[in-house]
Amino acid sequence: MDDLIAEFLTETNESIESIDADLVTLEQNPNDMDLLSRIFRLMHTIKGTCGFLGLPRLETVAHRAENVLGLFRDGVLDVTPEYVTLIFESIDRIKVIIAGLEETGSEPQGDDSGLIARLDHVYESRGGGDSDEPMPDFDGTAQAVESAPPVEMIPEISAEGGGAEAQGETEMIPSVSEEAPSGGTDQEHPPAVAKAEEKSDSKSDAQGAPKESAVSAQSLRVNVETLENLMTLVSELVLTRNQLLQILRAQKETEFSTPLQRLNHVVSDLQEGVMKTRMQPIGNAWSKLPRIIRDISIELGKKVDLQMIGQETELDRQVLDMIKDPLTHMVRNSADHGIENPEERLAAGKPETGTITLHAYHEGGHILIEIADDGKGLSTERIRKKILEKNLATAAELDSMSVQQMQQFIFRAGFSTAEKVTSVSGRGVGMDVVRTNIEKIGGSIELRSVEGKGTKFIIKIPLTLAIVSALIVEAGGERFAIPQLGVRELVMASQTGQNRIEMINGAPVFRLRDHLLPLVTLRDILGLSAPESANLADGGRGNRYVVVTQVGGYLFGIIVDRVFDTEEIVVKPVSCILKNIDLFSGNTILGDGSVIMILDPAGIAKITGEVEALENVGAKVGEGRVDARQKTSLLLFRAGHGAPKAVPLSLVSRLENIKTSTIESTGGNMLVQYRGQLMPLVPFDGGVNLDGVEEIPVLVFTDGVRSMGLVVEEIVDILEEYVEVQISGNSGGLLGTAIINGKATDVIDVGYYVQSVNREWFKTHGDDPYEKDGQSRRRVLLVDDSPFFRNMLTPLLSVAGYEVTTLESPLAALKLCDEGRTFDIIVSDIEMPEMNGFQFAEKVRSGSQWQGTPMVALTSHATPQDMDRGRAAGFTGYIAKFDRETLLSTLAQTLSEYGEAS
Amino acid sequence: MSGFSNASTTRKKEDSSASSDQCSDYLTIIISGQMFGIPVLQIQDVLGPQKVTKIPLAPPEVAGSLNLRGRIVTAIDVRRRLGLGPAEAGKNRNMSVVVEHEDELYSLVIDRVGDVLTLQTKNFESNPPTLDPAWRNVSVGVYRLEKELLIVLDVSRLLGSIKI
Repeated sequence: MDDLIAEFLTETNESIESIDADLVTLEQNPNDMDLLSRIFRLMHTIKGTCGFLGLPRLETVAHRAENVLGLFRDGVLDVTPEYVTLIFESIDRIKVIIAGLEETGSEPQGDDSGLIARLDHVYESRGGGDSDEPMPDFDGTAQAVESAPPVEMIPEISAEGGGAEAQGETEMIPSVSEEAPSGGTDQEHPPAVAKAEEKSDSKSDAQGAPKESAVSAQSLRVNVETLENLMTLVSELVLTRNQLLQILRAQKETEFSTPLQRLNHVVSDLQEGVMKTRMQPIGNAWSKLPRIIRDISIELGKKVDLQMIGQETELDRQVLDMIKDPLTHMVRNSADHGIENPEERLAAGKPETGTITLHAYHEGGHILIEIADDGKGLSTERIRKKILEKNLATAAELDSMSVQQMQQFIFRAGFSTAEKVTSVSGRGVGMDVVRTNIEKIGGSIELRSVEGKGTKFIIKIPLTLAIVSALIVEAGGERFAIPQLGVRELVMASQTGQNRIEMINGAPVFRLRDHLLPLVTLRDILGLSAPESANLADGGRGNRYVVVTQVGGYLFGIIVDRVFDTEEIVVKPVSCILKNIDLFSGNTILGDGSVIMILDPAGIAKITGEVEALENVGAKVGEGRVDARQKTSLLLFRAGHGAPKAVPLSLVSRLENIKTSTIESTGGNMLVQYRGQLMPLVPFDGGVNLDGVEEIPVLVFTDGVRSMGLVVEEIVDILEEYVEVQISGNSGGLLGTAIINGKATDVIDVGYYVQSVNREWFKTHGDDPYEKDGQSRRRVLLVDDSPFFRNMLTPLLSVAGYEVTTLESPLAALKLCDEGRTFDIIVSDIEMPEMNGFQFAEKVRSGSQWQGTPMVALTSHATPQDMDRGRAAGFTGYIAKFDRETLLSTLAQTLSEYGEAS
Repeated sequence: MSGFSNASTTRKKEDSSASSDQCSDYLTIIISGQMFGIPVLQIQDVLGPQKVTKIPLAPPEVAGSLNLRGRIVTAIDVRRRLGLGPAEAGKNRNMSVVVEHEDELYSLVIDRVGDVLTLQTKNFESNPPTLDPAWRNVSVGVYRLEKELLIVLDVSRLLGSIKI
């Protein structure tokens, strides 16, 4: 193909993309003259270049469209949807011609007379300024008009090459006219004109919009292939550097170390720099969307507003290409299925215009893209019907499913709940493909939908695919890489004790905190033989490593023999003859120069037949995981006999060193004057020897205005840990024993010590909310699956004067509800197995006899989104799990509010 | 890694009398005592024994993959491909020749690499029908040399038919 034409195609394709978006904006702001000039100029450039390159068909269409645009610009013609549609049609035609041109190198055959006739009609009738009637149907007369082109246009076409061009510019932006070279002198040299035009363009931009010209002047068009090659080279360089560093590490003293460190830095910078060249703003993938939404809304008679936030968020070109289509599909879906007709919207009390919001942002090495609409949401009823219709689940199974679980079905192949198939969507090819595409690039997709309120998809994708961090593991004597992206955590499983691998009919499982984790043995699925000693079921070497891996919402463990390091690796595709092995997503060269296969967690999940289970367990395990991973700040101290002790830091108000000389004793109790009040001191475990000690450390627990001090021997540390009480404590004062910081540690029951102080201390203070009216004690129902929290909160609440009933699951609570028990307030955890707090609240709110009982959610992650969801589900309050003060004040406040209301 | 030039130190001409005839160059390789030939122009590298990473679940003919100057090369066990048993230990040098096939590199693991021969097409014959079908599939034909026969391997057929 002609170089000039190739250049023209690249340029025109870019212009056309931006015209699409610009036109939609123009339709909304018809008076934006800058925008109009820009569109006009683009069309004009296309026309001009076509004339020069000898592309008559393209030129004619562009020319006629430009005429109509000219009318817009001159204010003769109002920017109305009909006319914009006409321009869109012209642009589409130009696209078709360009596509043909790209393929064959010459203009494709075709008849544009109908379109041209309509454009001409608008131009002539408006150009004369004598007619106000809307666009007539022109099919019948098209031929006639075409055969007799208006005379006045001919001179203009013939003047194409030079003068008219410059004149057009001058007309548009008068201030440029001095700089623009005079048209006449360039008559014989059209390319020069084109250049001059470009120049004056950028100049006018510089005046009108300085930002744009700054960008265009500093950017350079580089072939993508060049960049890809560069990237490959840099990747190689990174690998070589890694090799060198590995060698360096083995050698203590060498003169190479300084230059190598320098090399290391430079290569890192280089890598980053080259990566940057591959980055593109996500807005590029969105540029088509306004047009799509516009067309859909016109076709379906809906009013849709598309809001795009974070267009400038950059991500790897490769990733961008992969998500372009899924995104388009989902936005289309939102407009078609999600947003209702204006009438329906008004009837539902929503604004007539529906909003689709696209929001992209960075978060911890990932890009998050949210696609939200305020439409009708997913209809549970319809999904249900469809599931039954397609035989994907039985009615009984559906009854036990949560709304979220049912919603997951929309990701199944052939699942569309649109009632009728429109040209836009409803053909049932869709969300499954979307999910597959996104998971292919190591991303995940999440769905939140509230019927009647809207739907939100959240896509999480990696920044780049080229270099990933991977965990190197060994199985059956071979090393493999697992992309860090899918790895949630590493667990060491011993043969005995709490962390052992258990078997259910030969299938290994592992208790990961509150859940049973299905396991696969990497050695087995890869068909490798066991290295002599280790064997899963019996004795053997002892410890095994479980790589807890997540694919979508599905969590499972991969048993490996050894775990090495993490390494930055460059993913290279596997050779053709190995493509069909699902378990590998690629291969790479490690720092030591050896080749290693990269495991594909999705493939492992699939090959073990667990992908089917994915939809069913996904939601539950996913939520459980969040809960399970919650860390607790703990205060470690030493007191009494045996193991170190721990207490949740959030329960401790202050740490004090109290001089033994200030301790007084009344009636067998130790007291100390503390902040102007008497504070009782309780020695841990009965006795602390105060003889010969000048100061003792005291943990101060405060409730309202009263405090008590727990005397300990030594405060050791504060650390963040996952708390799993493994052995329940039998003796008073201990909740149980947990492994903290690798040591068995007793977790103390603060409630016990608080209660051991004379109850009156805590009962008599003035702002006690429950007894001031002489009412009986308020009844609280506490639902939490974790014994740790039940044990911690029960004494706290009962000391505060509530009558507490604790239950470990919402199901048990609902049973109580059926039995007719009543409570004044319900406090519920959110993440629980079987039924989560949201579902529990929804159940309670949907007509149970507890409908009017206030409910307070207790959770370990209280983000605004969670709070919104909690409120939507029917919770009255939302409190972070360790916030004792807020819990008590919220309870009191909610109760008094409800008391007044009833 | 022994270079290509090492392997091609000696270059003989079989039957130089018929110089008018068309000639082609072949690298000879020895597998299980049988001489095979691969057109020289298809060969990228000749390698000594390499550290090969095994690939689980791969077809049995795939010996693994190796790192050739930063490129990942799939190693093919030609003995297995030809349906021959494993080589006797210690007898062979386990060399390989690297070829390109559909834009990817493959290293063919063989017993030994011999000389580069310039052979005349008049000595070429198509496969005898009695040849083992497994061999017939990967062979283009046979050259009659003075003392022995050389089977010409068709690289694309040798690699193309390996499937999982």
